[in-house]
Amino acid sequence: MSEAYQLRCRECGKLWGNTAKPFCEECFSPLEIAYDYEALKKVARKENLASRDFNMWRYLELLPLPENFATPNSVGGTPLVPARHLAKKWGLQNLYVKNDAVCYPSLSFKDRVVATALAAARRFEFKTVGCSSTGNLANAVAAQSAQQGFDACVFIPADLEPAKILNTAVYGARIVRINGNYDHVNRLCAQIADRFQWGLVNVNLRPYYAEGSKTHGYEISEQLGWTLPDNIVVPMAGGSLITKIAKAFRELVLLGWVKEKPVKFFGAQATGCSPISDGVKRNLARFEPQKPQTIARSLAIGNPADGPYAMKEIRGSGGWAEDVSDPEIVEAIQLLGETEGIFGETAAGVTVGVAQKLVREGRIGANETTVVCVTGNGLKTTDAITSEYPATEAIAPRLEAFEAYLDAQLATSAAVARV
Amino acid sequence: MSVTIEIPTAFRKFTDGSPKYSCSATTVAEALNVLTNQFPGLGKHVRDDQGQIRQFLNVYLNEEDIRFLGGETCTLKDGDRVLLVPSIAGGCS
Repeated sequence: MSEAYQLRCRECGKLWGNTAKPFCEECFSPLEIAYDYEALKKVARKENLASRDFNMWRYLELLPLPENFATPNSVGGTPLVPARHLAKKWGLQNLYVKNDAVCYPSLSFKDRVVATALAAARRFEFKTVGCSSTGNLANAVAAQSAQQGFDACVFIPADLEPAKILNTAVYGARIVRINGNYDHVNRLCAQIADRFQWGLVNVNLRPYYAEGSKTHGYEISEQLGWTLPDNIVVPMAGGSLITKIAKAFRELVLLGWVKEKPVKFFGAQATGCSPISDGVKRNLARFEPQKPQTIARSLAIGNPADGPYAMKEIRGSGGWAEDVSDPEIVEAIQLLGETEGIFGETAAGVTVGVAQKLVREGRIGANETTVVCVTGNGLKTTDAITSEYPATEAIAPRLEAFEAYLDAQLATSAAVARV
Repeated sequence: MSVTIEIPTAFRKFTDGSPKYSCSATTVAEALNVLTNQFPGLGKHVRDDQGQIRQFLNVYLNEEDIRFLGGETCTLKDGDRVLLVPSIAGGCS
């Protein structure tokens, strides 16, 4: 092939070159990007990274980007936070939080996938781009479309969190609210991609889009000093991210950038929408779709397109999948905030809550290196935790009023302690 | 029962370009069998070697995924629409 990458069917292996195609036209299975790794070894060199900014474009040779691609903006390059307080609480030695709550420009890891999808959209000369979304993806599509001059049209379930709708609207995107859940929106978008010549990032541009997720994995490895963790806990909605982090780690080994070692992949879902974790825990050959009912709406995909591949990756790694209830999600958001100063969205609550469960189940060892992936910002899902923090009564701007307030607080604490 | 099966563009090379196929059937399974008997080239794309509906093909009865309706044995009534949609999109986190 003239380029170092092209579309390949994940089931029958047929190659399709580079085009906006949602699935294999031979066997109708999903497509992914396949690389010529021998060719990549010649152009992708670790030492080239030293002169590049710390964002996702530093790995540009490992992404499906057009030749002479001009990087349009800074995306990714998020912190890997040593989570010392949380580690102490859980009895672990080496715990990290990969914090995509501060991913630019729209504060979720979806900025990474949209960045590679829009590169493909430009290459395939789409004027209008869009997506089906539970919120974060719509935010990312809208923000980067504004930066790059695409018309954006996004499709969302009508009951999305107001903050997520606002965070799309502000960038001038057209928002189509659908009466139904995400799976209904998704089905409609599959039909729209079939009918209109639009670049729907997670439909007909999906193979290019999904590759952007790999940069989350590359960064983790680089930030760990070009090593791989023992365990990684990843939130799952459609199930794509966990498979792409695994692909990223495999590629780094193939390129000789890191030493090979086993990494256990752990998938995290909300109990109210847990088709993949349910499939893993019950050892099902195929997951059973569910009707989502959870506050973690960014993970509320009852019929996950990459579910089969996520299950395979988890099982093959010796990892596991778990899920947590809505109250556990809220507690975990608070735990992450209070221990590490990171305000994650409900999906982060899912991941941290599941990580805690995995530690308690003995699936994550005390001396192992563990990374927990936080993929979105808590400011987008404040409605999920607002009721935990009722407004307190205001006091007069006088010292004696504050003293009285303190006395009352101490009395309350003492009363609570006595109970 | 007279029902309509909606065919996605990618499948139309097996249905002589037709976007819809009307037939008489009492269950979704029967409708799919009638369809694949009429257009044999479609058969292996609808069912796998074990005779199960392919993993990456979603089948809907009107607005609902048939897996929520008890699977392909779910019964049809006059005027129902059966949609075939390849599983392609999805994924938000």
